[in-house]
Amino acid sequence: MNGISTTKPRRFRTAPLLAPCVAFLFLWMIIPLAMTLWFSGERYNLLVPGKSAFAGWENYRSLLTTRALWVAMGNTLFLVGLVLVITLVGGTLFSLLLDQDFPGRNICRLLVIAPFFVMPTVSALIWKNMLMNPVFGLFAWITRSCRLGTIEFFSRAPLLSIALIVGWEWTPFAVLILLPALQSLNPDLKEAARLDGAGPVALFYHLELPHLLRPISVVAMMEMIFFLSLFAEIYVTTGGGPGLASTNLAYLIFRDAMLGWDVGRASAGGVLAIVLANIVAFFFMRMVGRNLEENR
Amino acid sequence: MKNTRPLRWGLTIAGWAVGLGMFFPILWMFLTSFKTEITAVATPPAFFFRPTFENYAAVLQRADYLAFARNSVLVSLGSTLLALALAIPAAYSMAFFPTRRTRDILLWMLSTKMLPAVGVLVPIYLLWRDLHLLDTVSGLILIDSASVLPIVVWMLLSFFREVPAVILEASRMDGASPAEELVHVLLPLCTPGIAATALLSVILCWNEAFWSLNLTTVKAATLANFTASFSSPEGLFWAKLSAASTLSIAPILVFGWLSQRQLVRGLSFGAVK
Amino acid sequence: MATIELKNVRKRFGAHEVIHGIDLLIKEREFIAFVGPSGSGKSTLLRMIAGLEEVSEGEVLIDGAPAQDVPPSQRGLAMVFQSYALYPHMTVAENMSFSLRLAGVAKDEREKKVRAVAHILEMEPLLDRKPRQLSGGQLQRVAIGRAMVRQPKAFLLDEPLSNLDASLQAQMRLELVRLHRDLKTTMIYVTHDQLEAMTMADRIVVLNGGKVEQSGSPLELYQHPATLFVAGFIGAPRMNLLDAVVKGTSDQHLCLALSNGASVTVPAPVEELKPGEGIKLGVRPEHVALDVEGELHGEIDVLEHLGPRSYLHAGLPDGSRLVVQADGDTAVCVGDRVAFRIRAQATHLFDRAGRALTRSVAKAIAH
Repeated sequence: MNGISTTKPRRFRTAPLLAPCVAFLFLWMIIPLAMTLWFSGERYNLLVPGKSAFAGWENYRSLLTTRALWVAMGNTLFLVGLVLVITLVGGTLFSLLLDQDFPGRNICRLLVIAPFFVMPTVSALIWKNMLMNPVFGLFAWITRSCRLGTIEFFSRAPLLSIALIVGWEWTPFAVLILLPALQSLNPDLKEAARLDGAGPVALFYHLELPHLLRPISVVAMMEMIFFLSLFAEIYVTTGGGPGLASTNLAYLIFRDAMLGWDVGRASAGGVLAIVLANIVAFFFMRMVGRNLEENR
Repeated sequence: MKNTRPLRWGLTIAGWAVGLGMFFPILWMFLTSFKTEITAVATPPAFFFRPTFENYAAVLQRADYLAFARNSVLVSLGSTLLALALAIPAAYSMAFFPTRRTRDILLWMLSTKMLPAVGVLVPIYLLWRDLHLLDTVSGLILIDSASVLPIVVWMLLSFFREVPAVILEASRMDGASPAEELVHVLLPLCTPGIAATALLSVILCWNEAFWSLNLTTVKAATLANFTASFSSPEGLFWAKLSAASTLSIAPILVFGWLSQRQLVRGLSFGAVK
Repeated sequence: MATIELKNVRKRFGAHEVIHGIDLLIKEREFIAFVGPSGSGKSTLLRMIAGLEEVSEGEVLIDGAPAQDVPPSQRGLAMVFQSYALYPHMTVAENMSFSLRLAGVAKDEREKKVRAVAHILEMEPLLDRKPRQLSGGQLQRVAIGRAMVRQPKAFLLDEPLSNLDASLQAQMRLELVRLHRDLKTTMIYVTHDQLEAMTMADRIVVLNGGKVEQSGSPLELYQHPATLFVAGFIGAPRMNLLDAVVKGTSDQHLCLALSNGASVTVPAPVEELKPGEGIKLGVRPEHVALDVEGELHGEIDVLEHLGPRSYLHAGLPDGSRLVVQADGDTAVCVGDRVAFRIRAQATHLFDRAGRALTRSVAKAIAH
């Protein structure tokens, strides 16, 4: 009689439960990805009849030597950087404010987070036509009343204007994440610090800011991913113009693909966009992976 | 600790200034939707006026507006349902039968979210063209659900994990099979979380513009297309456009407000409890 | 009503073994308690019996049939969890009848059984409430009721009282004992509180580091601890353990030198102990008395007055400590220097490895 028995593993049913989900995502990722890579090496224009021809690195060479790409890259990075700063600083300040106890602060919170839920096309419309429009816009009316003339937002400072719009849309997102994080700070800690003689600035610097560092980095990383592919706002407001002034990488590729029908070139651009995103994603993964470890 | 009175006043003013300031553009559009077209473009801008519903009536009578709205509804709901159908079993297996690969699979799912849509614009367009999915609601549903799936899985996973393991063990002792566990215990307990996840999915799909703009033209165009097409309206129908835009964003705004606390949990990847 | 047997049961988490080959036979209708400190493996053992943890090696036999591969719901056992684990979205009645519902029992039958159990536990008015509306004690009852409805072969209770306040614990202890007597069903009770085990169980299994230190009736464990660990774990306040060196042996007696030089003579052990060997002498507080001519001297630094009795904590010159039981109205004060006498027949001897040394004179120890 042996007393040794091996146990049956209980991994009985995970595969069929996970499989459809994983397969669906995998297909959606792998096939287009492979195709993009393939096309990037082809001379393939939908306007030119006939088959495509293998073109090696030609698309990349052509792309990397056009001024347009570098302008677009620069615009992308500028946009991402500026909006990050706007949303993180604004988000932190608004969160600090909304963390205070004043009458109606819950309603204010709702008002502050509202812009995040507005469709980006509508946001762009509102800003372009109602606020920033040099003829009918509200801002124009204000500046004219103050005898400051009119600011031609989208002709003079297209990128800045877009950054303003996106900042308006996404600061609420930062507040959405940072405010609860701030509120989760143990009130006993604040009491202890106050008893130790800390004023509001010291409280912020020594207590609240360190506590917020992790959510801030989460917000930053998530926003970075989204901002790299900003599209709708540019499409609705400036169409990338004037010239290339407000064209980012996403819009450039869109232009090549959907307006120029140059599949090969657009694919090469797509690959570049993916590489850029991967670099950002790499750092994001490291951080989220660490979060996963700590929170399990 | 109560703030002192002047400080409280200062905070109240600052808080309301920020709140109203942020909300103002939406408010302004909302107000404009009740103006007549002439009032809408008046300079100086009219803050006080007699409201009218004529714009809403006009918009709601336009067949094409209704078609856009219908498409938005179909795409949002369809994508959400598809995503939930795929995600619930996946999240269930990852939450309660985790393997060594679970974490890697999760991170991989998130990484697909990092893929910039524009990077695969070309192949998706060509594929959809060849599969006759261009300008179809189902084509959009397929793409939107794939975009939204990682977030849905993530949120469901975090809600499922909040159920104490002992309760599921108790149901196992009571004789429940895994399917019965899911249906009788897990889903009822996680209903608020699932609802919040569904709401977020609807919000994201409703607001989605990139694929709508690129993959649809007439038949399956959504409200995103509709509103985008007016990037330079002549002033004369701005009031109606405001009405249409308000209608487009109102439901989502309400959804967002209702589920904001639950959304934070899913969106913050566990950095905020 | 079933026998449960464990044969060479081992549990590994990865490469780390936490239960090292346990053999145990639990008889029908026994109230058996698994006691031990945290990490001793008692909950893991219980969960392996329940089927909630897999057995890495060995067998779990229920009524003679191997059960380690049988799913938990089919083992005929019911579990009461430490955190009650009630379904928050169901009423009390639904919680209790859930298992019957899963088994396809008809509604009237279910209601009848639930009412019967609710009647025994005196919780009929709670049947339509939800768990969040109940107090800790009530939740406990519902958890027990849920287990009872299944009419299991054995009840498995995992520290069920640890979330209750002290007075409620005392009350529930009595109720559980009464329940056991009425239901006549095997109960396996896990606790870290030796008092609970002592007051409730027919038999106690002391676990430490994944091994069984000793198993026996409460009195057996108290009066004849087999290891140093059991001696120190069972009984509160703890047994005093003093270092001693063998001075001399004879047929009748064993002479020991305590670390402060005093000599104690105890009835001789069976094993040959050589002079110079170091052993440990254990003596319970109630077997040490204040005696002016006693061999031990010390200074009282803490006094505990419990009412019916007091405990004197003394520091001995060599740094070791002694706890002595005295009358409730003892006149001793903190700071007093007093002398103690150990009742030699009531001592326990342990070798270097912590095993108890049996003695040839197995007299019943007078209290």
